[in-house]
Amino acid sequence: MSERKIRVVVAKPGLDGHDRGAKIIARALRDAGMEVIYTGLHQTPEQIAATVIQEDADAVGLSILSGAHMTLVPKIVDMLREQGAEDVLVTVGGTIPADDIPELKRLGVAEVFTPGAPTDDIVEFLRSGVGAAA
Amino acid sequence: MAIEPGSERRAHQWMEEEYSRERERDVPFETLSGHPVAPLYTADDLSGHDAERDESFPGSFPYTRGVYPSMYRGRLWTMRQFAGFGTVEETNERFRYLLDHGQTGLSTAFDMPTLMGLDSDHARSLGEVGVEGVALDTVDDMETLFDGISLDEVTVSMTINAPAAILLAFYVVAAEEKGIAPEKLGGTIQTDILKEYIAQKEWCFPIEPAMRLVTDMVEWCAQEMPRWHPISISGYHIREAGSTAQQELAFTLKDGLTYVERAVERGLDVDDFAPRLSFFFNAHIDFFEEIAKYRAARRIWARELRDTFGAKNPKSMLMRTHTQTAGVSLTAQQPLVNIVRTTIEALAGVLGGTQSLHTNSFDEALALPTEEAVRIALRTQQVIAHESGVTNTVDPLGGSYFVEKLTDEMEAAAYDYFARIDELGGMVAAIESNFPQREIADAAFEHQAALEKEERIMVGVNAFRVDDDELTEIHRPDPAAESRQKERLAETMARRDDAAAEAALAALERAAAEDRNLMPLLVDCARARVSEGEMVAAMQRVFGTYTETPVY
Repeated sequence: MSERKIRVVVAKPGLDGHDRGAKIIARALRDAGMEVIYTGLHQTPEQIAATVIQEDADAVGLSILSGAHMTLVPKIVDMLREQGAEDVLVTVGGTIPADDIPELKRLGVAEVFTPGAPTDDIVEFLRSGVGAAA
Repeated sequence: MAIEPGSERRAHQWMEEEYSRERERDVPFETLSGHPVAPLYTADDLSGHDAERDESFPGSFPYTRGVYPSMYRGRLWTMRQFAGFGTVEETNERFRYLLDHGQTGLSTAFDMPTLMGLDSDHARSLGEVGVEGVALDTVDDMETLFDGISLDEVTVSMTINAPAAILLAFYVVAAEEKGIAPEKLGGTIQTDILKEYIAQKEWCFPIEPAMRLVTDMVEWCAQEMPRWHPISISGYHIREAGSTAQQELAFTLKDGLTYVERAVERGLDVDDFAPRLSFFFNAHIDFFEEIAKYRAARRIWARELRDTFGAKNPKSMLMRTHTQTAGVSLTAQQPLVNIVRTTIEALAGVLGGTQSLHTNSFDEALALPTEEAVRIALRTQQVIAHESGVTNTVDPLGGSYFVEKLTDEMEAAAYDYFARIDELGGMVAAIESNFPQREIADAAFEHQAALEKEERIMVGVNAFRVDDDELTEIHRPDPAAESRQKERLAETMARRDDAAAEAALAALERAAAEDRNLMPLLVDCARARVSEGEMVAAMQRVFGTYTETPVY
């Protein structure tokens, strides 16, 4: 059985330069056999949505440590929906207060990974999430 | 057990006959950075070490034991908590609160748009204005930020890099309008652009024009601001990005030596500016490794400044440092435990001989700190200073076999990295070839892997977990700060003389294309109420922008 590799965009929206987490995740997903496209830093929501569509990604991981998640995540989710990419699994990682997680999920975020989340959990989540959506 | 030091045979015998009969726990005995640690250190470990040459005395070359003879017996370190959020009015209030509670210096955190050189009304600033730090756009904001605070009495530190020259111009003009001349101003501005490309990743321009701006500041400050530190050469962010202690030490010092090189190439005498260079290191959780790092840093800096750059003034050789406990060591899980981590780290900073210290608050893995959390962080320093007794003698760990050995090894590791960087053509070329970035990414990944394999324990994260350990009360950014800041900016724009602002801006753009020091032109722009974003955009028209090729 030749399965298509899971394609994941790891994205850094906003202006913060804290990319330790994003790079660790990108590498862990790559080591787990996924196709990883890391956008680099300081991406606008428009740039991220365009990358997801252009790369025909199955999932996008948004890494945010600037506190701007409640502004940036809804914009990205909306743009993906408007451009017909609502089936792309959206996950968020970073310093996200627990109180914000229900609202992010209501907006369409599949899962939020906060500091200390093992990379294996993220790999597993993407495997089962992308599998379920396909 | 009486084993005489100085006898290699006895130490060997002890190892064979006593120690090796014991059982060791099944854990790697190595520092946080993966450096091996022996069961015991004796005088034999210091066979190549010369106490007179390598340690000397506090206040004497090479300053391993501290930069001043009396250290904390003469004067405690400056307790300097980094603060900034919302608008300048709110941060001004927090500054006054900290000064009222016994803080002795100020340190300003700016928001992401300010760090990136964007005004608060820029489309890309949306959602980030006043969130991670204080929002600041014009000299009017700078005036309000320090309203009611005596700028000629309190020393101020500003964490800003790519647009540092602009913020310095704002500060100078804000003081000037209060009747305080630049030569009276004491403080520090970070300005360390090389570590931005390496680790912190907040930039405005390509590396070479950014280095020109740094050198412009060094030159201008040498002439105009004798009490000001124009660069705080920073390892903090390199470490936070996941580096080892050895990488933090090596990359930071190499950055520092690169700034010195550039200023000397500009024609400055090393002794005219080097006494005003200062450093900023991380205090991570591996106690002895951190102490060894500070001691090695001072020794390397002193030797390089004297021997490579021919400094004559001892003040050029002595490395003054600010230290901050490691944000990256804090956990979102069981956050009160972070108070303990911070205490250990702060103690390492103090026993390592720091001149000023920021202690992180226990809630900082989750958000900016609450007022209560900041107070406990400050109290941590006060307990170390006034209760623990560690300030009674200078460099109490000097002469410890382990500490001296680790210091020597730390120094050797730094020189290994220097050689690799020199092979690549120096620090700027090394950054362009992604060398430090890749080293750091590898170290960060290896650390994470060790945590996941449980080779390393992080209390509350991969061991000793509890359910329901979230903090209920955290600082929430004020969603109205953005609109208030945009109004402040609009008011300044409406009040200013547009023709004067445009003339100042045009002069800046012309000068950027010429071989001239840009500081006086930035000061003129600040006086004319040109905003930060306008100045950055004008310089970008000449210099261009920067995009990195990420490695992971």
